[in-house]
Order: sequence, then C-alpha cells, then structure tokens
Amino acid sequence: MAANDHFFATAGGHRTSSRAIGNQILSILCIGLAGATLIPLVSILFLVVKKGLPLLNLDLFRQLPPAAGSLGGGLGNAMLGTLLMVGIALVIATPVGVLAAIYVNEYSPTSKLANAVRFVAKLLTGIPSIICGVFAYAVIVLPDGPIVQLCKALGIPFEGGFSAWAGGFALAILILPTIILTSEQALIGVSKAYREASYGLGATTFQTIWRIVLPDALPAIMTGVMLAVARAAGETAPLIFTALFSWFWAQSLTEPTASLSVLIYNFSTLPYEHQINMAWTASLVLVILVTIANVTAQLVFRKK
Amino acid sequence: MTTLQEQRPAVPNSGPRPTRRLPDLFRILCWVAAIATVATLAWLIGEIVRQSWPAISKFGFSFVSEAKWIPSRDQFGVLPFIVGTALSSLIALLLAFPLGLAIAIFLSEDFLPLPVRQVVRFTVEMLAAIPSVVYGLWGIVVLVPMMNEFGRWAVKAFKGVPVLDTLFHAPAYGNSLLTASLVLALMILPTLTAISRSALVAVPATLREGSYALGATRWETIFRVLLPTAAPGVVAATILALGRAMGETMAVAMLIGNSPRLTFSLVSPSGTLASLLANQFGEASDLQINALMYAALLLMALTLFVNIAGELVLRYTQRRTAGIR
Repeated sequence: MAANDHFFATAGGHRTSSRAIGNQILSILCIGLAGATLIPLVSILFLVVKKGLPLLNLDLFRQLPPAAGSLGGGLGNAMLGTLLMVGIALVIATPVGVLAAIYVNEYSPTSKLANAVRFVAKLLTGIPSIICGVFAYAVIVLPDGPIVQLCKALGIPFEGGFSAWAGGFALAILILPTIILTSEQALIGVSKAYREASYGLGATTFQTIWRIVLPDALPAIMTGVMLAVARAAGETAPLIFTALFSWFWAQSLTEPTASLSVLIYNFSTLPYEHQINMAWTASLVLVILVTIANVTAQLVFRKK
Repeated sequence: MTTLQEQRPAVPNSGPRPTRRLPDLFRILCWVAAIATVATLAWLIGEIVRQSWPAISKFGFSFVSEAKWIPSRDQFGVLPFIVGTALSSLIALLLAFPLGLAIAIFLSEDFLPLPVRQVVRFTVEMLAAIPSVVYGLWGIVVLVPMMNEFGRWAVKAFKGVPVLDTLFHAPAYGNSLLTASLVLALMILPTLTAISRSALVAVPATLREGSYALGATRWETIFRVLLPTAAPGVVAATILALGRAMGETMAVAMLIGNSPRLTFSLVSPSGTLASLLANQFGEASDLQINALMYAALLLMALTLFVNIAGELVLRYTQRRTAGIR
C-alpha cells in the first residue's frame, strides 16, 4: 500500500473516501490504457524481426526479387531503387528548401513572400502523400505533362512514363516542407549575439549568413534533412504509380524502378509464403533504414 | 578576421553601390527558392485541376453524389469512397481519442517515475516512424484473420437489432472498413498524443497548485482544471489527427478490401478516396485518369480544409495559453 500511496496519493489525503477511491481507479485506468498501446507496437516489431530475420543475409543485396511462386532471390534492385529515389528527392528538395528558409529567416522575415512560404510549407505538410504522387503522375508520367513537354522542347530524350525521376520528384515534393520548416527552426536557433557581433565587425549580410549563421545552423539543418530521409524512405503512396515496380536492375533513371516499400505492398497480397516472408524481410530492412536515419538525425547532428 | 577584411570589397569611392556579384547572386537564389516553394503549391493545385477538368465538366456534382464506379462503362461517382473516407477516419478517431488522451495525461502527470514515462513516450514516437506499408503487412497477417472471425460473429449476433444491423451487415470479410480503422487508429495515435501532451504541459503549474490547495484530488484537478484549460489544444490535436487519417493511403488500401459498393457496414469491404487512387492510377487510362484526378482534388480539398481548421485552433490555443501566463 505504501508504494501505491506514493504513486496515487493526492494532496488532499482523504484516503478512504469515495473521492480517493475514484481517484485511484481513474489513475489505474489511465496507466492501463497507456500500457495497452504498447501491445500492438510490440506485436509489430516482434513480427518484423521474427519473420524478417530468417531470410536476412548478404545475398539479399545482390539478388533480384523472386518471381511469384519461385524461391530464393533478394531485394537488391529494390534497395538500390529506394536509395536512388531518396537521393533524387534530396538533390531537388534540399537546396530549394534550405535557400527558401534562408530567404524567409535572414533576408526578409516579415515580408509577404516569407509569410507565404511559411503558410505554403504548413499546408504542404498536411497534404496526403498520395497527392504528391498524383502531382508527379500529372507532370512527369503522363506524356502530355509539362515536364515531358519541356524536355521535348529542349531536345532531351525523355518521354515520360513510370520512372525513377517521377518517383524522386514525388518524394521531393513530400519532403520539401519538412526541410523548409526544420531549416527555418535551425536558423532561428542561431544566437542573436553572433549575428550582432558579425555585423559589428563590419560584415555584410552575405558574409554573416555564409560565415556565421550557416556553419552554426548546419547540424540542425542536417537533422532536418535526415528526418526527411527517414520520411521519404518509408513512403509508398507517392511511388506506386510514379516509379511503379520492376523485377530487374535499374538500367537508367527513365524506366520503372523498384523500391522496398512498393515491393512490400506488391508481395503482401501474393498467395505464396516465400513472397510474404520476403515482404517481412523487406519490412525489417526498411525499419532498420528508417531507424538509422532517425537516430542519426537525433544523435550525430545534435547541437551541443 | 583577416579573411573578413580581405573580403571587404575595394569600395570605390565614387558610384552608388559597390558591385557585389556573389552576394547579390546568393540573395537572388534564395528569393527564387522562396518563390519556387510558393509556386509549387499553386502548380500542384493547378495541374490537378487541369487534369481533372474533363471529368469535372462531364460529371459536375453528380461525381460526388452518385454511387457508381464502373471504369469500363465510363461511369464515375465517388460517393462510396467519400462515405468510406468519412467513416474510417471517424471510427479511427473514436478509437484513438480515449487512448491518445490517456497517454497524454499519463505523460504529463507523475503517476510513474520519469524513466517509465520516457519509455512510453519513445514507444509512441516509434509508432510514427514505422512505414505505412509495414502497418499494412502486419494488418494482413495479424488483424485480417481476427477480424474475419469477429465480422462473422457480429453479423449473426446483431441481426435484427435496429442500428447495429446496418453497421454489422453481411457480407463480412477480414478486409473491411473496421480493420482499416483499427490500423488507422494506431497510426494517428502519435499525432494525437504529441499535441495533446504539449497542450497539457503548457497549463501553468499555478493552476494545478491552486486546485490542489483547494483540496481537489488529482483527477478532480485533471477534469475540472487541466483538461478545460488544455481543451483547445486537444481539439486541435483531434482535428489534425482526423486530417492525417483521411489522407492515409497504403495501410488502408491493403486492409479495407477496396470495394466500390456503397455500404455502411463496418465489417464489409469498402474503399476510401486515397485507397481508390492507390489502386487504380497505375493501370488507368483516358477518362478514368481524369476521374481519378477529380477524386484526388476532392481528397486534397477535404484534407486542406481539415488541416487549416486544425492549424487555426492550434494558433488560438497558443495565444490563449500565452495569455494565462
């Protein structure tokens, strides 16, 4: 009872009254409900490890996925595809996002454009990820899409269709708001005294941004980028009808490309045990990948 | 320091402004990036409207009000999917709300020592990091067989009971609206918990102390002081979680059964706007593409509306709690 008192006692001290009993019942109920949420999470993680581990080996990285009904195989092209498309997304979204954040926080924080950027970034975070896929489908996959037309006009041999470019573009739209918002927070976090000292020494705005603000904000910006990587790597919805899927190694960025997440989606509905197990192994790899990105974001780049 | 000075341009005494190519270029680059961000949203909306225009002009409002989705006959009406979106996200919210609030209270009170609370908090944050397809796979393997049994039982048990008969109507399958809602509830839990918790933590300690000093028990304090003060934050959390649930795609597409039939039965296969897009875009052609774009436009409008509402409530909350302090 003594231990219980420590946890559940109130400032009042009516230990035997109905109020106190009701109080304790509610406390236990609350702890019970909070504890109950552990069950599904433990179940998910347990199954991912238990069912994913048996097939996990180094061959996985070198082999192609097993066709429906056949055994063996690996996840090589899917891992490569995921890395390629997350890479494309980063190459597009990081410069735009970080530069936009610099404009918003350093050049004219109170301007209409800055407020518009903040507002748009907030709205984009709320847009369902599948809408990013729909957008990429409209502009890159469809043959009459504007980017395909632009390529035609410029003489670039790109005819649209499902491709790694389309998947990467969809992921870029998805992570852009994350990068803008985290970069802005990173810039806000730079001490005002640093800036004032820099200006006091006669540095220009550009010199202050380039030599003082950016180096100081870099770890926090990298945190945002890693969070974006974690988000993009796990996404499926923007990829299913932009990058589609492929059973073979990617020969170029202009053809349908496999990814871990779409492989899980495709394999999960196949009526073959081996393919389902492969989906679990892909899940394990994906969860490990996302966790590494998240942990890197939290630990390695954390500002002291 | 020396580099700073070296970099100082040799300012010509005459002339209005020294030429600074690189700094100007950088400034312009930042401006272009900012413009590009704003333009992206406009482009996104514009492009989806443009692509859906043939369907909008052909079907108009009947697209929303009709319950027929037969691509082979060019008949498109998304009412079943709108009903599915609304039902699945509302049920998910109904299931997740008590849990999320309980965890938020648990995390902001001192029932158990801090390390235990940190484990729970980490766990809930971990839920947010698991990819949506993994939830789907887990649902297929674990939930679907269970829900199959439950569905059959529920159809038999509730036969003839007024409202329940509609909600638990045959045909019952493992892939159903309720199965999708269960997984959705799990997926929105982190959103719900994080925002509710920060609203509860933001309640000034003086209010709690005042309540205890007047002799209130812990839960009297929670129900009469803490929750009413944090209410707008909890409401914002609920609205934002609803927005998340409506747009969630993969787990739902894998578990809901993807039936275009209009149904209010929770144990039958159904569909949502997002799952419709996920299932059909890859193999769509001609007018079906336009119709799917129209559906995407509806989904975007719905989620934008809900998210803006949530954001406004959240802003109001922050201003209000700032006032109390």
